[in-house]
Amino acid sequence: MPVKAKRQVPPPEVVQGQHPMEKYLRADRIPHIWCAGCGLGTVLASFLYAVDDLGVDPDGIAVISGIGCTGRVAGYVRMDSYHTTHGRALPFATGLKLAQPDMKAVVFSGDGDLFAIGGNHFIHAARRNLDINVICVNNLNYGMTGGQAGPTTPLGGRCTTSPYGNFEHPFNLVHVAASAGAAYVARWTSLDVRRLQGAIQEMLVRKGFSFLEVIAPCPTNYGRRNKLGDGLDELHHYAEHAVIKHGADLADTEILPGQDFLVGKFIDEEKPTYWEMYQGKVAELEDRRRR
Amino acid sequence: MPARSVLSGVHFMNGDEAIAEGALAAGCTFFAAYPITPQSEIAERLAFRLPRTGGVFIQMEDELAAMAAVVGAAWGGTKAMTATSGPGFSLMMENLGLAIMTETPCVVANVQRGGPSTGLPTAVGQGDMMQARWGSHGHYELISLCPSSPQEAFDLTVRAFALSERFRVPVLIMTDEVVGHMYERVEIPEEISEAPRRRPTGPVEGFLPYKPDEDLVPPMACAGEGYRIHVTGLTHDERGYPDMSAEAHDRLVRRLCDKITRAPEAYTWTEELFMDDAEVAVISYGISARVALGAVELARKRGIKAGLLRLITAWPFPDDVVRGVAERVQGMVTVELNMGQMSREVDRVVKGRVPLAGVYHPGGRIHRPDEVLRGIEEVMACR
Ligand SMILES: Cc1ncc(C[n+]2csc(CCOP(=O)(O)OP(=O)(O)O)c2C)c(N)n1
Ligand code: SF4
Ligand SMILES: [Mg+2]
Repeated sequence: MPVKAKRQVPPPEVVQGQHPMEKYLRADRIPHIWCAGCGLGTVLASFLYAVDDLGVDPDGIAVISGIGCTGRVAGYVRMDSYHTTHGRALPFATGLKLAQPDMKAVVFSGDGDLFAIGGNHFIHAARRNLDINVICVNNLNYGMTGGQAGPTTPLGGRCTTSPYGNFEHPFNLVHVAASAGAAYVARWTSLDVRRLQGAIQEMLVRKGFSFLEVIAPCPTNYGRRNKLGDGLDELHHYAEHAVIKHGADLADTEILPGQDFLVGKFIDEEKPTYWEMYQGKVAELEDRRRR
Repeated sequence: MPARSVLSGVHFMNGDEAIAEGALAAGCTFFAAYPITPQSEIAERLAFRLPRTGGVFIQMEDELAAMAAVVGAAWGGTKAMTATSGPGFSLMMENLGLAIMTETPCVVANVQRGGPSTGLPTAVGQGDMMQARWGSHGHYELISLCPSSPQEAFDLTVRAFALSERFRVPVLIMTDEVVGHMYERVEIPEEISEAPRRRPTGPVEGFLPYKPDEDLVPPMACAGEGYRIHVTGLTHDERGYPDMSAEAHDRLVRRLCDKITRAPEAYTWTEELFMDDAEVAVISYGISARVALGAVELARKRGIKAGLLRLITAWPFPDDVVRGVAERVQGMVTVELNMGQMSREVDRVVKGRVPLAGVYHPGGRIHRPDEVLRGIEEVMACR
């Protein structure tokens, strides 16, 4: 793997100038708040490249975030963007999407936001098969508030609120999403930029509730406390353990400390969305009225 | 979005149904809620009506979600509403704050029952009046209206939507179980003017989403209109961008409060009955005001010159009206189904000018007129 050689290559030259995706960014809000080595920038870039490659009109996209480091994505994209309350990005997106059914709704949020405080909203949004794309950056802890343990912290993981090692069983997000009824479920690490972009393109084009989990480094908190090195080392650690298996049985996708884990596209199925079902009822009523 | 639905004509309906029809008449096309007694009739009627009138009804997984969905739908360009009762109202406080901070027009009805906690699920209360004012964290202003009848529930719901658009603020309909479940004549007029949303007029380039007009309210660019605005619950500047300085916070919070408090004439409604020669004023609202009126009539029969000041607007509190009344009478009695909430406001405004009494009951039943009469006699005795 090329990353293994990173210590031998000279430090990259600092390039000044525009980011190629600057047209989709609020340049007047840069520099961003994210730490050096954080996985968030890569995930955001993958999303922007996906939008660009597809040629989707950015006026037709709403980006909705909850609260957290990941939640700050909504503040940097130059699209209709909503930085809501902790855990409530999905219900907010539900209202917005039903009011603007032709817009694409993209929810960008963290593991804590979507699966702890917002866990109930997540399973219900998936169950309804709302046409919403969820990108969850899973950095295995609460980055924004200083590295507390969360619902995805692996067993043994050291966090500020699990100082003796986490002993709570974590959620397996892709399994939760699939069980709750998500129509599309994938997992990649933030090293897999092309695959991330590809997955996001698939999500943007298809209908229904789509869920993408991105395993990403948080060198400031999780990486540091668990001695995973700097951002690149932590990323390397995840990438080294990631094994691609599309369509894997979701029972086999658990992330266990120090062990290989599966990435890939696990679910991709067609089923009527909430809006299609709703419109179906409306048409039925209309029909009955005419008869 | 579809045409609104106005069920013009004379109906026999309860207060909950009247709120639902008021919403439809005002142009509400999005309603999200979670079932709770005694609100359910609002949700059930809208679940029936909205799919037939081109709107959206969605039953959410809880009231946190219902309120969040309403804020999202309002940014999606609709007139949006939710309804609940005490326990759900508590859950809505978080995203009510988001609506206040992001200046999102929306309407919330609270059909009050007895609290705290699960309290009295099926019986009346008015214990959420202070929660309506201060329930979400931080300092803010919003508008709360209190109907005393199904007809007024309809009328005030229509007004609530208009006020929410004019001020870009959540408007609360603070009704109660008895008004919600009471069946009366409700007349829905032929014509109901629909309050438009204040839209930006200038070019997309350089548009500042939080630059207010002269009345301190900014025009609202909704999703998909090409303005690509950023909306955040963080303290923000005129661009809508986070600004964590004390100065920006001061500027924003002051404007959010001032835009409401500077225009009391737009939302302050009260009703005075038998007040011309009154020596004692009974102050009440919602269902309690109807009992209080009975007590005023009883007092008059006994030769006591009593009158009623009915608060239709609870928040912002009608300071000037209450102060004016205090200058004309020799005593005041506040009647409410809690242990003294709005009476604190009366106390604050009257500042000891006249003796005050309160007739309080924590709910479960409405007051009896004789209880209120005793309060009137008590305050007359301390003149
Ligand atoms: C109701 C509420 N509780 C707590 C917080 C504090 N808070 C802010 S971000 C956050 C955790 C974010 O973690 P995660 O969603 O994993 O995002 P990350 O920062 O890791 O990207 C918490 C607990 C809050 N903002 N609101
Ligand atoms: S705290 Fe962690 S998640 Fe947050 S910006 Fe820093 S590295 Fe990224
Ligand atoms: Mg996290």
